[in-house]
Amino acid sequence: MSRGLQRLNVRPRLLRSLAIFALLGHLAATSPAEVAAGVSPDLAREIQAIRAVGLEGAGNPQASAAWTKLSALDGAAMPELLNAMDGANALAANWLRAAIEAIADREFRSTNNAVAGDLGRFLLDARHDSKPRRLAFDLLTRLDPSTGEALLAGMLNDPSPDLRAEAVQKLIRQASQVMSRSNQPAARILFQQALGFARTAPQIDEIAKSLRDLGEKLDLPAVFGFVTHWKVVGPFDSTGGKGFAAVYPPEEKLDFEGEYDGKSGKAKWQEFVTTDDYGLVSLNKPFSPLKGVAGYACAEFFSDRDQEVELRLGSENAWKLWLNGKFLFGQNEYHLNKAIDQYRMNGQLHRGRNLILVKLCQNEQKEDWAGDWDFQLRVCDPQGAPIRSSTAVAQAGSGAGGAATP
Amino acid sequence: MIGYKLDIRILNSDNQRNPKSTTRILARSMTGASALRSVSGTFTLVSLAGWLVTCGVMADDWRQFRGPQGAAVSEDLGLPATLDAQKNVLWKAPLVGRGISSPIIVGDRVFITCSSGTQNERLHVICFNLSDGSQRWTRQFWATGRTTVHEKISVAAPTPTSDGKRVFALFSSNDLVCLDLDGNLIWLRGLTLDYPNASNSLGLSASPVTAGDILITQVETDSEAFVAGIDVATGINRWKIDRARHADWTSPMLQEGRDGKPVVILQSSSGVTAIDPATGSTAWNWVSATSTIPSGAVRGQNLYVISGGITALQPDPAGQSPHELWRSNLLRANISSPVLWDDGIFTVNDAGVLTRGKLADGSRAWQLRLKGPFTASPVADAHHLYLVNEAGLLQVVDPAKPEGEVVSELDLGETILATPSIAGRALYVRSDAHLWKIGK
Repeated sequence: MSRGLQRLNVRPRLLRSLAIFALLGHLAATSPAEVAAGVSPDLAREIQAIRAVGLEGAGNPQASAAWTKLSALDGAAMPELLNAMDGANALAANWLRAAIEAIADREFRSTNNAVAGDLGRFLLDARHDSKPRRLAFDLLTRLDPSTGEALLAGMLNDPSPDLRAEAVQKLIRQASQVMSRSNQPAARILFQQALGFARTAPQIDEIAKSLRDLGEKLDLPAVFGFVTHWKVVGPFDSTGGKGFAAVYPPEEKLDFEGEYDGKSGKAKWQEFVTTDDYGLVSLNKPFSPLKGVAGYACAEFFSDRDQEVELRLGSENAWKLWLNGKFLFGQNEYHLNKAIDQYRMNGQLHRGRNLILVKLCQNEQKEDWAGDWDFQLRVCDPQGAPIRSSTAVAQAGSGAGGAATP
Repeated sequence: MIGYKLDIRILNSDNQRNPKSTTRILARSMTGASALRSVSGTFTLVSLAGWLVTCGVMADDWRQFRGPQGAAVSEDLGLPATLDAQKNVLWKAPLVGRGISSPIIVGDRVFITCSSGTQNERLHVICFNLSDGSQRWTRQFWATGRTTVHEKISVAAPTPTSDGKRVFALFSSNDLVCLDLDGNLIWLRGLTLDYPNASNSLGLSASPVTAGDILITQVETDSEAFVAGIDVATGINRWKIDRARHADWTSPMLQEGRDGKPVVILQSSSGVTAIDPATGSTAWNWVSATSTIPSGAVRGQNLYVISGGITALQPDPAGQSPHELWRSNLLRANISSPVLWDDGIFTVNDAGVLTRGKLADGSRAWQLRLKGPFTASPVADAHHLYLVNEAGLLQVVDPAKPEGEVVSELDLGETILATPSIAGRALYVRSDAHLWKIGK
C-alpha cells in the first residue's frame, strides 16, 4: 500500500470502487438535473463572474475578485467548482481550475481527504465536461498516484479525449515493453487494441509505425479518416500573395463543369485521389510544381445525419476553408510547418451531401524546402473520432445539403 | 561596484528566412538584452542603479529573458569558474514537461514554465524554492490556442517575466496568465481567442517585458501581427498596435530613451522600431533587413542590431532614426543572441564559433571554437561567459584572455536549448526534464 493510502484509511476502498466503476465503464447515477443544480446560491455570484469572462480581458477584474473568494473555500467546495466548469468557456475553465488547485494546495496537506469520494464520483460521471473530469482525475492522482494508474485501465473508451489519451498512452507503454521482451504477437495485440481507442494524431501515428514494424499492413488514411477524394481546379494567379484575398470563381459558385481563366490558360475541375499515407492532397501533382498560384479542392462528404463536427486541416501553405458555403477559417502563412490536426474548425454537417471547399495558395519562395503545395483534411467528432463520408448515403442519393455555392 | 557602467545590449541576428532550418528555430529562445559591466564611458553605477530601480529590478533578481534589461549579464562576482558535478550542482529538480523558456528568479523563488500532454495542450507554471529546489506551488492551464510547434521549439518557449509582485507567463499557444508570487491567479488571457490568426506553426517565442504598469507582449506572425500594452493589474489592453505581418521570434527590449524614460525596442525583419510603452506610439524607426530570430543588445542609448552581421546604432539628437555607428559582417549571430561584456560584443554561431568583436568599431578581436551546436544564448557574470550547447555541455569562457579560453566544462547530459539565468551567485539551467542550480 502506498504511503498516501496508509495515511488515508478510506483510500483503499475508494480506489477499489473507482477502479471497478471505471473498468465497467459505469456511469454514476447523478441525474443531469442534479448536475445542473450543483452550484449553490452562496457561490453563484462568484461563479457567474468567472463564467462571464470574455475576449480581450473582459470581466477580468470581476473574475479576479471572485477567484480570491472561491480559492479560499475549503475542500468541500471542490465538487461545486467542478460542476461550475461544465459548459464554461475555455477561459473560465482555466480560472476555475486554478481556484480548485489553490484549494487543493491547502486541503491536500492535511489528512482530510473526504473530498476524494466526491472527486471520484465526479470523475466517473461521464456526463460532465471533459476538462473538469480531467481535473478530478489529476486531483485524485495527486492524492494517490496509484489511484490514477488503476483508473486508467477503464478509460480507454472514455468520452474525455484527454483521459482517453492518457489511457491509450499507458497501453502504448505496455505494448512497447512487451515488444522489448521480443513477444511480438502479444505486442501486436496490444498495439491493435491501442489503435482502436486512439484519437490523437501523435498516438495514432506512433501506434501505426509500431504495427508496421511488426509487419502489419495498415490503411493509414482510413485509420486517420483523411478525406482522399477531391475535385481540384487551378492554377489561379497569386503573384505577390494576392491570391489569398482574391475571389476566384469557385468561391462565388461551385460549378464542376465550369471553365475559368487561370494563370496559365483555362482551368477546369478534375478528379484527384490522394494515396498518401497522411492524406496529403498535393496540388503540385495535377498542376505541376508552380509558384505564385492558388488552387481549389472540393470534396463531397455524405453524412447520415445532421451533426456537429470538427474539420481538421494541416498545411504549410496559405489556405481558406468553407463548409457548405460557410467560411470557417483561413491562415495566410507559408512554409513554416504542417501537422495533422494543425487547425481545428467547428462545422455543421447536414444529412446527405455536404461540400468542403479548400483554397490553397502557393507563394514564390524559391528555396527547396518551399516547394510543397498541399494540405490534408479529416472530419472528426468532438472526441476526435474520424467521421468518414457515408457510402450508403452517397449511393442512396443526396437529400439535404449540396449547396451550390462554396 | 563603483565604476560599473550601464551596458544595455540587445541581441539579435541576421539570419536568412528559412523556417525549416534548425538554425532559425532555435533562435527564438534568444532575445532581449542589456547588461552591466565595467566599461569606460557611458553610465556610472549610480545611473545604472537608478535605471534598474526605475524598472523595479532588485539586485539579485533575474526577472525576464536574459535578465535585467535583457542584457544576459549579471553583476554577480560569485559564480564558479571551475565546474564540478559533485561540488557545483547545488540541486537538480525534476520538471513535468518540456520547455525552452528560461527560469526567472524573484527573491527566494525560481519560476519556470513547461508544457505537457500528447498535443502540448497542458501548460504549467511552477515555482521552486531557490534555496533547495523544492516545489512551492504549481499551476496548470489548458491551452486555448494552437499548440503546433517545431520539435525543437516548445509551447513553453517564451520566458516569463515579473514585476516583482506578479509573474506573467506567456506560451506559444498565446495563453497569457498573471499570477502573484504565491500562485494566486490575478488574470488570464487567450490571445488566440482574441486574435485568431495570430499563430505561427513553428511556435512563438517572444518573451514579454514589463515597463512600469504595462506588460509588453509582441506577437508577430505571417497572418496577424501586433504588439499589445496590457495593464498588469487587470490584463486588459491599454493599447494595441498592428505590426507588419511577418513571422518573428525576437523579444521586445527596454532601452533608456533620450528623456530618460524607457522605450520599447521592437525588432522585425524590416528593422527596428522604438515605441512609448505607455501609449504604443512610435518614437522612431530604423529601416534595414534585420534578423527575426535572435534579438539585439542595448548599452545605454546605443543599440546593437543583428543586421548585416551586427550594426551598431546611436541615437539621433533630434529624436529621429538612430545613426549607424558601424556595421560588421564579421560578427555573426544565427540563433543565439549576442552579449555585451566590457568593451566587447560576443556572438556565437550555431556551429559553435565564439567571436569577440570590439564595441568601438565592430572589428573582430578573436575567435574561439567551442563545442557546439548552440541554441541557447550565452550569459555572463563579471568574469566569465557561460554557454551551454545543445548536448548539455556547459562551457565557461574567460573572455579577458587574449584569445579567449575555455576554463571549465560541465556535462549536464541532457539536451538543452534554453538560455540559462543567473541570480544569487548561481546559474540556473533547464532542459525538458530538469532544472539545475549551479553555484558554489
